[in-house]
Amino acid sequence: MVLNPDSENIGLLKKLYYDMLRIRLVEEKLADWYTSGLIKAPVHLSIGQEAVAVGVVAALSPEDKIVSTHRCHGHYLAKGGDLKKMMAEILGKATGCCHGRGGTMHLFDDSVGHVISAPLVGASIPFAVGIAMASKMKGENKIAVAFFGDGAVEEGVFWESVNFASVFKLPVLFVCENNLYATHSPILRRQPYEEIVSRVKSHNIRTFYINNGNDVLMVLKAAREAVSETRKFKPCLIEACTYRLREHWGPGEDWHLGYRTLEEGDEWLAKCPFKQLRKVFDKSGNLSQLDIDDMEEMIKKEIDAAVKFALESPAPPENELLSEVGG
Amino acid sequence: MAKIDERFITYKDAATEALLQAMEKDEKVFLMGEGVDNITGVYGQVLPAYRKFGPKRVIDTPLSENGLTGFAIGAALDGMRPVLIHQRNDFMLLTMDQLMNQAAVLRYASGGRHRVPLTILSFVARRSGEGAQHSHSLQSIFAHFPGIKVGMPACAIDVKGMILSAIFDDDPVIILEHKHPTLYDKIEYVPEQYYETSFNSKIVTLGQDITIVTVSINLINALEAQWELKAEGIFPEIIDLRWLRPLDIGPIVHSVKKTGRLLVVDTGWKMYGVSSEIIAQVCENAYTYLKFPPRRITIPDAPCPASQFLEKYYHPSAKDIIKTVREMI
Repeated sequence: MVLNPDSENIGLLKKLYYDMLRIRLVEEKLADWYTSGLIKAPVHLSIGQEAVAVGVVAALSPEDKIVSTHRCHGHYLAKGGDLKKMMAEILGKATGCCHGRGGTMHLFDDSVGHVISAPLVGASIPFAVGIAMASKMKGENKIAVAFFGDGAVEEGVFWESVNFASVFKLPVLFVCENNLYATHSPILRRQPYEEIVSRVKSHNIRTFYINNGNDVLMVLKAAREAVSETRKFKPCLIEACTYRLREHWGPGEDWHLGYRTLEEGDEWLAKCPFKQLRKVFDKSGNLSQLDIDDMEEMIKKEIDAAVKFALESPAPPENELLSEVGG
Repeated sequence: MAKIDERFITYKDAATEALLQAMEKDEKVFLMGEGVDNITGVYGQVLPAYRKFGPKRVIDTPLSENGLTGFAIGAALDGMRPVLIHQRNDFMLLTMDQLMNQAAVLRYASGGRHRVPLTILSFVARRSGEGAQHSHSLQSIFAHFPGIKVGMPACAIDVKGMILSAIFDDDPVIILEHKHPTLYDKIEYVPEQYYETSFNSKIVTLGQDITIVTVSINLINALEAQWELKAEGIFPEIIDLRWLRPLDIGPIVHSVKKTGRLLVVDTGWKMYGVSSEIIAQVCENAYTYLKFPPRRITIPDAPCPASQFLEKYYHPSAKDIIKTVREMI
């Protein structure tokens, strides 16, 4: 137990719950959008993995920067990204965070420190290293965080990044969301061990292993320590084990494909981020069903407004096709 | 102010001066690359910057070309102006993911909100015996991608101005110097003050009989060839391309409308190359003016041999230009 739901912490705990719920409800709305044919692009939902994004970001300062991947909705929302710009972007509208050019896999919101998302596996990891390098050169206090999945660990650029961060003592925190599958390929078919930290330690990087990354309080505890170390120019890596409940991309479940078992899914469903946090509250009676209903209502209002904004926003005009190319 | 005669310096020293002036002008500029602070400091070109600005702004790096490109992009996104140096452009093929999937597209994919003021400084490192993995001239690959500028300076004045243009441009720019001593060690007048070179091609000599477009070191070959041609009464108009992207085709088309003949001399391969693109655009824009089919001189369709006995047949020369021009007139 990291935080007791006493009067001192109750606000934070409720915020963690709220932030996770916001991600879940937004992504469920995206699943509806996809099913109804509104979204013409592959959406990579993080349903089931919300605790990692929320737990890590809760340990950061507002000026800290994050970079993300193709599965970026959770990180974007956890860092405080603008929901209207996100929904408009996913529909390809001119009011989106990238004017509709980037889509679901390129979300960013500079105003809250989500610098960029890049969908090629591993590609955004070195950006965080570069941001940390710039931060150190300029004498700033901020750190940079790279979120990525277990598949990225197989990319050369991951090891180049870890090596460089270690040698140059950069304030960068690597966060590996190990959800055990790269698309449909299980980790043990791709890597020698299911856990990653032991291989990273040898680079003189301090590591934190969270075998239940769906427990947001466990994530927050590790992240607070890791962030504090990272700020002292000791780069760290957090490996948080978690599980994607939906398809690699798309709105539904994919148990029928046979690459993973329902039993495995059930084990992770039992470790639902919401259930786990509610257990903490239930002991104290500090979060009632009424509170949760209130939260849902508030989030749904925000989503409704964002949906309205996105649907009513104009499409980018044809003459924007060749603008901002550069070069 | 230096005396005029002190301002006759090599291409290499002009490039060094550009790096120093960029770092003096803006503290956000920093250099990094493999061996930049070593005893030779990238052929001696980067060492003066290291001596002046030290290891915080001239960073010797691990051998991680792709990662380094990503680090530079990250630093650029955080407000810096990184200059990433690769001792040979052959090594840049290891960086293509970060360079083309990332740096080149980020501005567009963000609707113009991400800018990546990144400079890649590299070399066509052709010297005797460098062979198939150390001396190629890969500009046409780099110039294929929208979103990233590519320049190949062919004289000392331009190498300084083009490097400075690259560093202070807000988009990614690749500068490929040429390390063959004919160009790298060539001494020319270079102004002392800071200046940038525009993103245009340059008419080097005026003529009316044939347009010769040169890439990089081939400017020297064409300038050498012109004397023999002029003695025969053939006056070529020589245009140094300078920038492959953006491609300033206007002056070339204008010239071909006057001369009716076009010869392109490139340091790279022929197929899908710079010469193909220039000839295609000239045909699209000035077809009816052509008196003779356009021709091109490039390296042959094979990797570069290391053997000194074979290598001498590999690279375009002034003689090749003279021979081809005679065939075209």
